[in-house]
Amino acid sequence: MIALDITKKLDSPTGTLVLDIQLNVEKGRILTIYGVSGAGKTSLLRMIAGLMTPDSGSIQINNDTWFDSASRTNLAPRHRKVGFIFQDYALFPNMTVLQNLQYPLEKGQDSSIVRDLLDVMEIQELQDRKPATLSGGQKQRVALARALVNRPEILLLDEPLSALDASMRTKLQDYLVRIQKAFGLTLLLVSHDVGEIIRLSHSVSMLENGVLTPPESPHAFFHTDNERGKFVLQGEVMRIDMQDQQVAVTLLTGGALLKILVMENDMVGIKTGDKIAITAEGLKPVAYDIVRSPGLRS
Amino acid sequence: MDWDPLILTFKLALVTTVLLFVIAVPVAYWLAYSTSRVRPVIETLVSMPLVLPPTVVGFYLLVTFSPGNFFGLWLEEWLGLRIIFSFSGLLIASIIYSFPFMVQPIQAGFSSLPVSLKEASGVLGKSRWTTLIHILLPNIKPAILTGCILSFAHTVGEFGVVLMIGGNIPGRTKVASIAIYDEVEALNYSAANAYSLILFLIAFALLLTVYSMKGRNYKKLFP
Repeated sequence: MIALDITKKLDSPTGTLVLDIQLNVEKGRILTIYGVSGAGKTSLLRMIAGLMTPDSGSIQINNDTWFDSASRTNLAPRHRKVGFIFQDYALFPNMTVLQNLQYPLEKGQDSSIVRDLLDVMEIQELQDRKPATLSGGQKQRVALARALVNRPEILLLDEPLSALDASMRTKLQDYLVRIQKAFGLTLLLVSHDVGEIIRLSHSVSMLENGVLTPPESPHAFFHTDNERGKFVLQGEVMRIDMQDQQVAVTLLTGGALLKILVMENDMVGIKTGDKIAITAEGLKPVAYDIVRSPGLRS
Repeated sequence: MDWDPLILTFKLALVTTVLLFVIAVPVAYWLAYSTSRVRPVIETLVSMPLVLPPTVVGFYLLVTFSPGNFFGLWLEEWLGLRIIFSFSGLLIASIIYSFPFMVQPIQAGFSSLPVSLKEASGVLGKSRWTTLIHILLPNIKPAILTGCILSFAHTVGEFGVVLMIGGNIPGRTKVASIAIYDEVEALNYSAANAYSLILFLIAFALLLTVYSMKGRNYKKLFP
């Protein structure tokens, strides 16, 4: 499990930001950190991995102290049992896929784990290739496999799937879930993608103004569970058109574009780019998925 | 033609390049990754030989290592070393004088690598030494080769600093560039021409290698 209570002053482009973060994640759980860019999400992961030093506080992983400002404990990254998936994957360009996976092996460590990981991630046929010749999705799988060679206690993922297209993303989310279950990993994920968060995480916390909100279930976090089973759609307004006495809103939600007719009064002050929630109040909403079934548009 | 000055020149350039590489890698590493406040000062010192007249470097080395002064005397009495007017003196002078030519390309090489490579290696449980040997250096091979070639070529081309600290002792400190000066003074133009032509061709070949590497052949050499 992760038990963390730290402060850190960050100099961001928008000024100074003070992170004051308390976080507890049970072993074997997946927690997603959600928040706008520049909120300090990546810094949080880097502090857990030992790549950045907090100003004060403590970080304990499975009852081992990795950082404690009071006792001046600060383990170097190489002494922390942590897997870190970098945004750019950080595969070593001079090594083949197989060599990348063998690199973390400690002296005398059983190398069969490398074979197992090549199998699980379905990258056996790539093992003699150099990273420069791999696609984004392949690199991602190699990075994930490499991070698991040392059997880390926790895995930190910094927007790992953001560079991939939608279909590859779904496939890799399945890999992640499978790996997480197989290794009983505690996973900390930084993500912007609502679909990804709902598919992957057990709980979500929001990092805002340097403070982390208490973890909630993804459905509670995105207000998708409500008592009466009422229909609520959240998304970004892409376009607003007048249609008879009503307003047609084109909403980007969960990667799909939806066109919804709403009352003109409700749309006062709302403009393109705003985030809104749409719910059915007596009015029968009509929504078309114009991406998946363009033929339905009438 | 006396081949000794040429042999001595290449021996000096080779030993200088090898020693310089060993010394320059840690310095370049520190300059590339340190956030220390004294970093600009060290960077400036490393670059000084680029702008100083060689005679300035030579003069201070001569004063430092002269047995007439404390340090030179100490070296001679306690370690039996006489630096000035000897091959080891030439070597020290060459290392200092060619220092920026080795440090700067390697430093630029380190800086051009994504910092995530170094961080990833650490997170994967590897020490800084292992990271340097297995990750950083193999990924900056073109920069290392550039540094080695430039240092070698620059040492071959030395004149002032070598003359100041080494003098002109045949077989010991008389390198090719000094031999040319000697032959011209003796009005022996054909010998001077022979030395000059050889140095010209070697310098051309070495620099051509560097610039070809930066161009089209770069990817072929280091896929």
